Amino acid sequence: MSFDLYPLILTFKLALVTTLILVAIGVPLAYWLAFTSRKWKCLVEPLISMPLVLPPTVLGFYLLLLFSPGAFLGGFLETFLHIRIVFTFSGLVIGSVLFSLPFMVNPIKAGLQSFPGALIEASYALGKSRTETLLKVVLPNIRPALLTGIVMAFAHTVGEFGVVLMIGGNIPNETRVASIAIFNEVEAMNYANANLYSAILFLTSFVILFLLNAFNKRAFKGIV
Amino acid sequence: MIKVRIKKALVAGHGPISLEADFQIADGEFATLYGPSGAGKTTILRMIAGLSDPEEGFIQVDDEVWFDSERGINLPTQSRRISFVFQDYNLFPNMTVRENLKYALQDKKDEGQIDELLALARLTELRNRKPATLSGGQKQRVALIRALLRKPKIFLLDEPLSSLDQALRLELQDEIYELCARFNLPTIFVTHDLSEVFKLSSQVFVLDNGKIVKSGKPGAIFNDHNLSGKFKFVGTIVELLKEDFLCIVTIQIGQNLTKVVATEEEASGMRIGDKVTVAAKAFNPIILKP
Repeated sequence: MSFDLYPLILTFKLALVTTLILVAIGVPLAYWLAFTSRKWKCLVEPLISMPLVLPPTVLGFYLLLLFSPGAFLGGFLETFLHIRIVFTFSGLVIGSVLFSLPFMVNPIKAGLQSFPGALIEASYALGKSRTETLLKVVLPNIRPALLTGIVMAFAHTVGEFGVVLMIGGNIPNETRVASIAIFNEVEAMNYANANLYSAILFLTSFVILFLLNAFNKRAFKGIV
Repeated sequence: MIKVRIKKALVAGHGPISLEADFQIADGEFATLYGPSGAGKTTILRMIAGLSDPEEGFIQVDDEVWFDSERGINLPTQSRRISFVFQDYNLFPNMTVRENLKYALQDKKDEGQIDELLALARLTELRNRKPATLSGGQKQRVALIRALLRKPKIFLLDEPLSSLDQALRLELQDEIYELCARFNLPTIFVTHDLSEVFKLSSQVFVLDNGKIVKSGKPGAIFNDHNLSGKFKFVGTIVELLKEDFLCIVTIQIGQNLTKVVATEEEASGMRIGDKVTVAAKAFNPIILKP
């Protein structure tokens, strides 16, 4: 049986889109969690971290229920906006974003919490707004945490299985990502192909994490 | 001109205190807030800056009301035109010296001012260095001119020299004094160093336990009892040298060494490391164990 590259391409496309969306929502969310004193923060924090402990199939199962055309939300999207979430790329993205959220938010939140408040005050005293302070003072100084969040979210999305299988299914050239393709090949006794997918994922993940470590050591030196 | 009348409950090391301050400072006036640590000096500065909120009171600079608890006015820090110089500099580590200064500019057209101030503070050579590579004195100079680029209405300095050594302190005291005179702003300088009070300020507020216990010109406040006519210092014995029936005692007072002659009898109770009082009575310095 010939080796199909599409699952790998789909995997990296999914990881890229997911990571971009996570940067956009993860940074403001982490900022809010790090600095708010609102009580319901204690409800939001565990919710964000749920994917760390929950079997991915549980999240996938609820998403499937929520977005299936027979359900309220899925039906609404299908009837009025003609959008289908389940068994499509959008479904994969929604599942991945939720599932990788803690990997993006938690390191950034930790970075923000350990950032010296006095520097933030110094920026305010120079007349700078919260947004300008965040973009020009805070984020550049917590670059290692930011990069850790980005890389972990990307790498974790590459490695997903349960959530994407539940909400995306296993449709060739549509929602079959690399991790599912491996499972498929093993079931079909195509060990050579399974091996190739696995080796590629193994190596890519190793290289990503290796580069992250190397960069963070250097970045740390530059700041301290 | 700044008018301050504020109240706030604080928790100090020895229990709760009520911080109360009521004073005004005219343009060009250099005022120090002097007192032991925990007296509330820094908190007063932070309340003027809007980094901390008073429970009740009123803060007005020129004709702008920055805080008024009765009318519910409380301008955010960003809207108060202040220069705040912090004890530990608070330079942004990701920016070079020049970038730190550029960040403080309110109007990009004023970029020429940066080079002018860099030259004035003798920092031109260091403009492309990151703060981590600067010495304490250099960092505080950058912090000072960065604060001035804000075009402030008031100058607030929170023990800016306390982490520097004595020689640098003296040098930077002069620089601060000149810079303040140049801008003719009301200045509030927090310190617990009496020499800084004398050298810099035209007005001093002595703070103890959250209250201003004394205020006025430094000479009038401290001269009566703290500095009496005869001199008297506390030092540490660093050497005892017996010569015949006399003993030469070397004593360290601050960073200075002084030699005082003692009789054998007087020196018999002295050991190296003892704390002693050195005082001059009429013409002869005498050494006393406390």
